Amino acid sequence: MSSVIESHHDDHHHGPAKGLMRWLLTTNHKDIGTLYLWFSFAMFLIGGAMAMVIRAELFQPGMQIVEPEFYNQMLTLHGLIMVFGAVMPAFVGLANWLVPMMVGAPDMALPRLNNLSFWLLPFAFGILLSSLFMEGGAPNFGWTFYAPLSTTYAPPSVTFFIFSVHIMGASSIMGSINVIVTIMNMRAPGMDLMKMPLFVWSWLITAYLLIAVMPVLAGAVTMMLMDIHFGTSFFNAAGGGDPVLFQHIFWFFGHPEVYIMILPAFGIVSHIIETFSRKQLFGYSSMVWAMLSIAILSFVVWAHHMFTVGMPLAAELFFMWATMLIAVPTGVKVFNWVATMFKGSITYETPMLFAISFVVLFTIGGFSGLMLSIVPADFQYHDTYFVVAHFHYVLVPGSIFSIMAAVYYWIPKWTGNMYDERMGRLHFWLSFVGVNVTFFPQHWIGLAGMPRRYPDYALQFADWNMVSTAGAFLFGASQILFLFIVLKTVMGGKKATPQVWEGARGLEWSVESPAPYHTFSTPPKVN
Amino acid sequence: MNNSAKRTLKYLSLAVFGMFFFSFALVPLYDVFCEVTGLNGKISQSEEGTSYESNTGRDLTIQFVSHNAEQMPWVFKPSEKIMKVKTGKYSNATFFVKNNTDKPMTARAVPSVAPSNANEYLKKLECFCFEEQFLAPGEEALLPVRFIFDSNMPESINNVALSYTIFDITNYNDMEMAHHDGR
Repeated sequence: MSSVIESHHDDHHHGPAKGLMRWLLTTNHKDIGTLYLWFSFAMFLIGGAMAMVIRAELFQPGMQIVEPEFYNQMLTLHGLIMVFGAVMPAFVGLANWLVPMMVGAPDMALPRLNNLSFWLLPFAFGILLSSLFMEGGAPNFGWTFYAPLSTTYAPPSVTFFIFSVHIMGASSIMGSINVIVTIMNMRAPGMDLMKMPLFVWSWLITAYLLIAVMPVLAGAVTMMLMDIHFGTSFFNAAGGGDPVLFQHIFWFFGHPEVYIMILPAFGIVSHIIETFSRKQLFGYSSMVWAMLSIAILSFVVWAHHMFTVGMPLAAELFFMWATMLIAVPTGVKVFNWVATMFKGSITYETPMLFAISFVVLFTIGGFSGLMLSIVPADFQYHDTYFVVAHFHYVLVPGSIFSIMAAVYYWIPKWTGNMYDERMGRLHFWLSFVGVNVTFFPQHWIGLAGMPRRYPDYALQFADWNMVSTAGAFLFGASQILFLFIVLKTVMGGKKATPQVWEGARGLEWSVESPAPYHTFSTPPKVN
Repeated sequence: MNNSAKRTLKYLSLAVFGMFFFSFALVPLYDVFCEVTGLNGKISQSEEGTSYESNTGRDLTIQFVSHNAEQMPWVFKPSEKIMKVKTGKYSNATFFVKNNTDKPMTARAVPSVAPSNANEYLKKLECFCFEEQFLAPGEEALLPVRFIFDSNMPESINNVALSYTIFDITNYNDMEMAHHDGR
């Protein structure tokens, strides 16, 4: 350890290397965090452009813009890119920037591994996106890639898809190992587990979830690979396999994955609400226990994604009740956020606006999730736009809003400049209106019976689809504004103080803004 | 890196490999689970030496359903679509198959039972679904199934559908053979 500290000490005097090699070879957690965040922003815009193709096609009934085959590819890639390319890397980027500073560590525990886990990602997504230009087209079987659609009936590019999932899985696993080793071994003296900032807690739990389920995803795609190329029949009924097995394995990964995409958001929102309410967070330890229970429960609810495959009644009841049980710790968290704001002296800067709307809109997504957990109701809602509305409510104004809130909240610390508050608020209101206009009507057309994944629909759904598309383009366009605001802040702006926000607490606010290239080379004292 | 960090790293790497193998362990676990619960039509052959026969049986309607998997050209249909049987008595049914192509083909039928809770009371003494079926070009056959329903079956079940989906596994076997030969 001592040698590591000394080498950092040397770097301290000459700072980062110059030019492109700085970014290729960097082992600095702040540089890697920045790389992750820009990468995820790029993927967000690419995945968003695909969403625009989807919504443009759905603007009116009938086929107007794209071929159904291409529509299926857009649908599949939009899901895969947003989940694995936008949301997950954004949270890893935030973890890189913030976890070492929050626990008072000089860097991540495994800096070279950190470099590798980032630089795998551009290759993984390069491979995935290159499948668009291959004969037979890109993967077209939906982001859940159910067998046999993704095996027997898949386009030849499925092999590239499998390889890219392997690479992105390896990247996530290495990233999570790094986070856990850092948190468990590199906390400043006096930083007990139950004194850790909630974002650190949320990432510790998320990283354990990733380590538990990313290998299962790797197993699932490996089985697909073997079915396609090596004559096995894991998922092929003709050879004694079973397609339903695929769904079990996939959702055994998939449900914890859902919480991987929301737990860091819980951490972020807790910090922001605390800061702008100028009060200590209500119920810190219950927040930690709630996240732990959500994480554990996430392993015993997977079959609620597949109630309609034909399960015994006992299994349906078990998965229904287990799913409903998750509402309890989630409710505790929502209660604590509201209780933190109660009688606080609140100001509504952009991060707080995003955080409050996170609480409200994520809760709406949670309630529609509860509706879906009811087995007989789910038979009606399954594979309709109601499901689409549900998971977009928890992912867009859920995960994505929390990421945007985090960017506005911490960007003064990263760049040393304040963002333009008026433009930030404008971005918030455009996004807020856009997201609700896009996804709220999808609840109604879903309840009315519009199935998901089709490029065309019956005439009675036309009006709300038109509204939804208008909202989607508003939301999409307002993200260009976000890009502009971020770039403007990076270039310059009002200088930020070290504490930045009046109510901000935590070690990251005790260092200069922008944060020096090396922080906490000697551990800080924590009371 | 200090020793405690190395230890954490070691445990986490082991956990990653452990979970990868666990995902493959899910395959046999799933089969065991289906067999125990009788789900998914994965019924075991009736155990030898056990008698399910009884004289206290009641009437039961059986519907036979046949499906052709996509691109399976054979003619495949039950000789009788509906059959009245008694629980606790052996019954026989047949399915007609014909290979109406000009090449020899191998097929496998995959069974399913609805409602699924009837599954554990259904015992098949003989079934064409236990074996692969080979037919020469133009050949036809009557495939037998001999089964019995345990008379302990709940009264609520009066109708049972026995469904079979027939798959073309001709090329599939070639592929498997080629693969084995290749080694």
